[in-house]
Amino acid sequence: MGQIVLEQVTKSFGEVTVIPPLDLTIEDGEFTVFVGPSGCGKSTLLRLIAGLEDVTSGEIRIDGRPSASIPPAKRGLAMVFQSYALYPHMTVRKNIAFPLRMAGLDKTEQDRRVKQAAAVLNLTDYLDRRPGQLSGGQRQRVAIGRAIVREPAAFLFDEPLSNLDAALRVGMRLEISELHNRLKTTMIYVTHDQVEAMTMADKIVVLRAGHIEQVGSPLELYRAPRNLFVAGFIGSPRMNLIEGPEAAKHDATTIGIRPEHISISAEEGRWSGVVGVSEHLGSDTFFHVHQTGLAESITVRADGEVSFKHGDRIHMTPRDDMIHRFDDKGSRIA
Amino acid sequence: MARSVTLQRKSFNTLIAWIIGLLLFFPILWTILTSFKTEAQAIADPPVWFFFDWTLENYRVVQERSNYSRFLWNSIIIAGGSTILGMIIAIPAAWSMAFVPSNRTKDILLWMLSTKMLPAVGVLYPIYLIFIQLGLLDTRVGLTIVLMLLNLPIMVWMLYTYFKEIPGEILEAARMDGAGLKEEILYVLTPMAIPGIASTMLLNIILAWNEAFWTLNLTAARAAPLTAFIASYSSPEGLFYAKLSAASTMAIAPILILGWFSQKQLVRGLTFGAVK
Repeated sequence: MGQIVLEQVTKSFGEVTVIPPLDLTIEDGEFTVFVGPSGCGKSTLLRLIAGLEDVTSGEIRIDGRPSASIPPAKRGLAMVFQSYALYPHMTVRKNIAFPLRMAGLDKTEQDRRVKQAAAVLNLTDYLDRRPGQLSGGQRQRVAIGRAIVREPAAFLFDEPLSNLDAALRVGMRLEISELHNRLKTTMIYVTHDQVEAMTMADKIVVLRAGHIEQVGSPLELYRAPRNLFVAGFIGSPRMNLIEGPEAAKHDATTIGIRPEHISISAEEGRWSGVVGVSEHLGSDTFFHVHQTGLAESITVRADGEVSFKHGDRIHMTPRDDMIHRFDDKGSRIA
Repeated sequence: MARSVTLQRKSFNTLIAWIIGLLLFFPILWTILTSFKTEAQAIADPPVWFFFDWTLENYRVVQERSNYSRFLWNSIIIAGGSTILGMIIAIPAAWSMAFVPSNRTKDILLWMLSTKMLPAVGVLYPIYLIFIQLGLLDTRVGLTIVLMLLNLPIMVWMLYTYFKEIPGEILEAARMDGAGLKEEILYVLTPMAIPGIASTMLLNIILAWNEAFWTLNLTAARAAPLTAFIASYSSPEGLFYAKLSAASTMAIAPILILGWFSQKQLVRGLTFGAVK
């Protein structure tokens, strides 16, 4: 079981308020991702749930129990840190067994669970090595192993993949998702990478300056961002935001259109501009188009086969049903 | 591109390293050699190197004239005692500065170090007077306290840099894994801090063992350690180089052996934190 409820939670460090009053419910078994730019309070929020920081006011309930007086160790949560935080003087086996040893389990049970976790995480051959002798990805797996042996009510991940190289990151992303599918345990995952958020989450919580900007499934956030911040943050490359007369035509202060919802043509279209940088990914090509009279630069996604050169004049047509409208406060107009 | 090291260059470097090494070691080597000579050979001109009548006479005389073991015992108690006492104070101090720093932590560290910049003789007079008042003059307790205070800044600094290297996240991980304060200290902190604590102790023993200014000024007979033992052979009825050398060799032998066996640990301790 692992339902986590935050009620009017605030956190201040001295005079500085990092988390203004905040309410959030994370359902049992849900994979929730906290995402936001650095300094948005997402890590602090995770540490509050973990009990590594005390809330200034408000209440966090884990499975209905108020947690204020429960120390981190007794909350039944396991955490995976960005730096892995393995015990350098212990072997992999001892690292993974440490929480079990602390819980006072007998040796045979410890052994059984460590072996099981090692098998799941492909660490069986490394059990007698020390963390210093492992690669980054292996260390991360040990950290996850240490978390799963405890069979916690919920897993907390604090940017666990940001120290890994790109290829490994994609692999570990899949492994963590698979782990979630298998264990069905509540997971809270903090990241600043919106791709990780989109690909892994059941529910994304977008944070800015301690405020929740929007909560929803990845596709809800993609399809109906509640404001300009979420619109700009979710989706890669970013949504094009256009102000001025073009927006006024749609009765909005700002309109947004994603690069993938604009079609391009050499001959005709509603908008036109000059191709600047083209990014060829093979499957897709992204054109950064200038001198459109709409915004400084409009990004357009095209098929990988389409090719325009730097300086070519092209025409663009947005899909009308994919235009997002925002009012003067930046909120979505339904 | 890797720098190519030719054999020539390598042997040249080796030669230079040996010359510098021997140059640094020469005074100790010469002292040890001299301690096996007669007084006449010791001041012979030109000096004799290895071909002389090796004799243990000096050691016998030194042992007869003064009670080596009593000085040795004093040295052990003073060096060991000041180290243990210092660690009892320095570990919690460095601990709190590394893990719960305040706004003033850096200032305090710097201020502590600045006390080492004061010439020792500047405070000799007040300390001497205090010692007379407290009856600590020529006592092992008194010397232990002074040497502890003397080396405390270095101990705190060394331990502080060591503790700083222990990432806070590891301690938090232990907390998440169910370790209470006791388990956290016992199973996670101490094992990671032990190399640092060991090299700090080692360095401190060496510093205390070799300290001459205070040990000579604050002792007369009862609490005198090996530094005083050496000094007693340098005066007053003219210099007896061979006997002085024998006394010196006996005085430095224990610490030399200790240093020899622990040099790896010591070097690691002193350079720790400098290289990631």
